[in-house]
Amino acid sequence: MLRTASLALALFVFWLLLSGHYTVWLVVSGLVVSILLALAGRRLGFADDEGHPIERIVDGWLYWPWLAREIVKSSISVTKIILDPKLPISPQLFHTKVSARTPVGVATYANSITLTPGTITVGVDREHDRFLVHALTKAGADDVEAGEMDRRVKQFEGRAE
Amino acid sequence: MIDLLRDIVAGLFLFAGAFFLLAGAIGMNRMPDLFTRMHAASVADTLGVSLMLVGMVFLAGFTLVTVKLVFLMAFLLFMGPVASHALAAAALQAGVKPVLADDRGAKAKLAAKAPARKKSTRKRGKA
Repeated sequence: MLRTASLALALFVFWLLLSGHYTVWLVVSGLVVSILLALAGRRLGFADDEGHPIERIVDGWLYWPWLAREIVKSSISVTKIILDPKLPISPQLFHTKVSARTPVGVATYANSITLTPGTITVGVDREHDRFLVHALTKAGADDVEAGEMDRRVKQFEGRAE
Repeated sequence: MIDLLRDIVAGLFLFAGAFFLLAGAIGMNRMPDLFTRMHAASVADTLGVSLMLVGMVFLAGFTLVTVKLVFLMAFLLFMGPVASHALAAAALQAGVKPVLADDRGAKAKLAAKAPARKKSTRKRGKA
């Protein structure tokens, strides 16, 4: 119930921010539609811990700045490779282990790897808890295998359930 | 004065964004195969686009436009990797052979050749 209310609130705030027209009619209809959508989400099953993982938001604010720094760092290193006349790439395709257990955690880790330039998650194997990852350089592959991001995603995910 | 400063900061962000977009485009032309080209493209669509949007946020100031730009950035950062993953997974499934280096690569090349299901057991047996 609390999650449904939070989803309704999030939808309403989203409406207010995107609309920019604050007449009684528009605000009230936005509120009504938000509540109806949240109730529909409860019925249809997207207002759950996977579709609206609001309790992860605090851990998210700890994780995303770190991710942003990683993106900047690896973007610069990939850009250096691109602009190097010798094009010093050593592409790798390898499996890496995944510690995250929840769908939110696994999706976050897979997306984080892909978002970081120089590494792409090609396959997700949840049966064996591992990803198939393509990396542009050996150094990038070693970075993923070192597991720093895996550890942080685990932290972001919270308790495994 | 503040306006001038704001324009300069915005210009720096836009310039940096343009630089990374250009680098991504150059990389897409220089890289040898699909997967490595995707790495080059991801420079453009993460850092390049983000820096452009941050520059535009500075130009927009504290308005609803800024909020929309921030939403735009969030959506791009959530959706970009999904599209990249889908493309890479589809390419591998369709039998595109990645160009790889050294020993670890040679092992994975075998894995890439095998059908998706059998790959896992085969690799497991080796390890």
